[in-house]
Amino acid sequence: MEKKEVSFNNFEQCIKCTVCTAYCPVVPVNPRFPGPKQAGPDEERLRLKNKMFFDENLKYCLNCKRCEVSCPSGVNIADLIQSARRRYSAATPTLRDTMLANTDVMGRLARPFAPIVNSMVATKPVKAVMDVVLDIDKNRTFPNYKAHGFVGWFNREARSKQAAYSKKVAFFHGCSTEFQHPEVGKAFVEVMNAVGYGVELMNEECCGVAMIANGLWNQASRHAKHNVAVFEKMVGEGLPIVATASTCTFTMRDEYPHVLDIDNSKVRDSITLVEKFLFDLIDAGKVTLVFKKDYAARIAYHIPCHMEKLGWSIFTKRLMQMIPGVSFTVLDSGCCGIAGTYGFKKENYEYSQEIGRPVFEQIRALAPDFVCSECDTCKWQIEMSTGYKVLNPIVILAEALDLPATTAANRR
Amino acid sequence: MKFDAIIIGGGLSSLVCGIRLQEAGKQCLIVSAGQNALHFSTGTFGLLGRLPDGTAVEEPLLDIPKLPENHPYSKIGIERIKEYAVGVIPFFGKYGIKLCGFNGANGWRFTPMGTFKPAWLALEEIPFFKSPDEVIGHKALIVNYAGFMDFNSVFIAEGLEKKGLSCRIESVKLKVVENLRANPTEMRSINIARVMEQEECWKEFGRTVHSLLKDEDVVVVPEVFGLNNPLVCDWVREMIKANVLFVGTMPPSVAGIRTQKLLKKAFENIGGTFLMGDEALGSSISDGAVTSIKTRNLDGTLLEADDFVLASGHLFAHGLVASTGKIEEPVFGLDVDFVPDRNGWYDKNFFEKQNYLGFGVVTDSRFRAFRNGSLVDNLYVIGSEVGGCNSLNEGSGAGVAIMTALRVADEIIGG
Repeated sequence: MEKKEVSFNNFEQCIKCTVCTAYCPVVPVNPRFPGPKQAGPDEERLRLKNKMFFDENLKYCLNCKRCEVSCPSGVNIADLIQSARRRYSAATPTLRDTMLANTDVMGRLARPFAPIVNSMVATKPVKAVMDVVLDIDKNRTFPNYKAHGFVGWFNREARSKQAAYSKKVAFFHGCSTEFQHPEVGKAFVEVMNAVGYGVELMNEECCGVAMIANGLWNQASRHAKHNVAVFEKMVGEGLPIVATASTCTFTMRDEYPHVLDIDNSKVRDSITLVEKFLFDLIDAGKVTLVFKKDYAARIAYHIPCHMEKLGWSIFTKRLMQMIPGVSFTVLDSGCCGIAGTYGFKKENYEYSQEIGRPVFEQIRALAPDFVCSECDTCKWQIEMSTGYKVLNPIVILAEALDLPATTAANRR
Repeated sequence: MKFDAIIIGGGLSSLVCGIRLQEAGKQCLIVSAGQNALHFSTGTFGLLGRLPDGTAVEEPLLDIPKLPENHPYSKIGIERIKEYAVGVIPFFGKYGIKLCGFNGANGWRFTPMGTFKPAWLALEEIPFFKSPDEVIGHKALIVNYAGFMDFNSVFIAEGLEKKGLSCRIESVKLKVVENLRANPTEMRSINIARVMEQEECWKEFGRTVHSLLKDEDVVVVPEVFGLNNPLVCDWVREMIKANVLFVGTMPPSVAGIRTQKLLKKAFENIGGTFLMGDEALGSSISDGAVTSIKTRNLDGTLLEADDFVLASGHLFAHGLVASTGKIEEPVFGLDVDFVPDRNGWYDKNFFEKQNYLGFGVVTDSRFRAFRNGSLVDNLYVIGSEVGGCNSLNEGSGAGVAIMTALRVADEIIGG
């Protein structure tokens, strides 16, 4: 029998104040989306009576969680929406949705042919075919697959050196570090090693966020269970799970229990982002960072939606502001519109660009040297839409740090 | 993580206190569990509209000395209140929030129920009158968007007819707003306001209303303009070519949300740190002083400060929590002043003075809180959470928020 919790995701706390609607990025651009209040707590009340009240238009929710961040009553509005999709949606994922959702499988398939795949998906004819056959918008730029992944590099270049460290972290690298941006993983290893921590990799699976977004519920749950089991083993050995991607981190901490109904209570608090992990160590006086004398950059910080939800942008701000020679501007917080795979879909492309417009305009007006952001899909969207380079904070940190001096300062 | 001051709550009192502290060079953190009462604002600030015995107040500064001694204003003292009162318009003006008033005397706002209520200051686009008898005009055209139920044209017409105006009601259908009607429960002021941010949309509204105008000298429309830029109200006014009154709708409040955004941005621009969507969960108190708090999002990261300010709101905001027979303050477990007998909490007539709205945290004359009867030396309470006044009944909500915020900020700066 289906579990019917009266206070599921705190929905009975909703007082219908509509504050969530004021902060929903979809509402002003897409009238088909019923808005967070109606799609979440209002309809949950009805859905619990009869699933016929489920509205397939809930698929337009970006799952950005800005409704939850603004809610004065602590209602998990987006969790309600996503979990309703899981429980009631009759829609079956299309081939396109399945391809977009399987970020890891696609990466493995594409890798041996990376140069060919990259140049092919960048051509107009292929884009036109994908547009017609797959409903992947032709205006979208695909991130480049790398022929050599992060894990391969780690095994070749770094793994043997990690035994030298008595303190260790388990690194959740995620799909985009493995397939598109191995430099993020390399930067992570460099910085962690410099501050005296060894890095261990795990037999991780994709966090599953794109599967949740695309309705591949069983697969998402399998990944979640696998990851939780792997994390439990690591945490049991005393290793924290540290990641560089805000959305993976958020998904594994909060979406697993709230949307997929998978218990991660033994490991949740041990899953963290590198910015928080480093800041806490520095704050406690356990780690010292030494920066290059000549590093200088004008950086604009785009806070990804899931970073807002985590509430951890404060750590990135603090770390970046420690770097001498950096002028650091925080952009007005807003969704960039990509929301993982949402913006790749033909039916969402225009909404996606319209949602992100205020972010792009701010970046263009500031004309920074580059943008800082913890989320790789935000990176793709902002790079495509503004032409400005976007770097993960750990990459910036690795570049700005005097690594030998930092290593020396933390050797004790 | 160490700050000079940590403020719990993100509404009017918190932001005023935070900005004042940052201006004085104190590093502040605001922890806000979701958005706040500014989203339900009338667009006006009350200082004192009625004395506790119900007597109407014309000049708040003349009547404040008549308040009981445990009232927050009495603790601040009339001299300081006068000094702060003079500074309010410039303080908000500096951050782009234009307030209008009548040299300290109460004015009158026109409510969405068609009545007049006293207030002290009003945001620039809000219709604000020197007296409820002030002549507004002779003939009024009341225009609403078809299907928008949070703006009741009939109530407004009844209110204006009592003042001798003859009223005509029209509704307009604009394509962009009609889209919103697909989800009628989400057709709220804020949804329309977000659409009306676009130039072509407010222009279409202005043109449409102008074309409806016959011989009316007053036009009443819902206050759904100027979410980011209040000048839009002026531009719509120019297009309609009449005395346009932007009358508040049922919440959310467009002018209130803009004010919140501007204050938050001001606070951050001068170096303040704002944690939105986070919640203070627990605290460490030793030797009668708070040393740190923890929040839901920051896990183990301890937030330390020299001074702590509690501005987490009243029952509605969960700054206070009621259970059968008692009212508690959940973050620190502070002493709360309330009537033990629950039957004394309410008046059965909803519109009468409700005692529960006057419950609040017990503070000393400097707004420091008590816990189990002992003073907590560095923990201050401001805004609606302060005991000693029934703000809704007195019409003093914003006034108490601002005055206690300024007083406590000065206390922290001076100390």
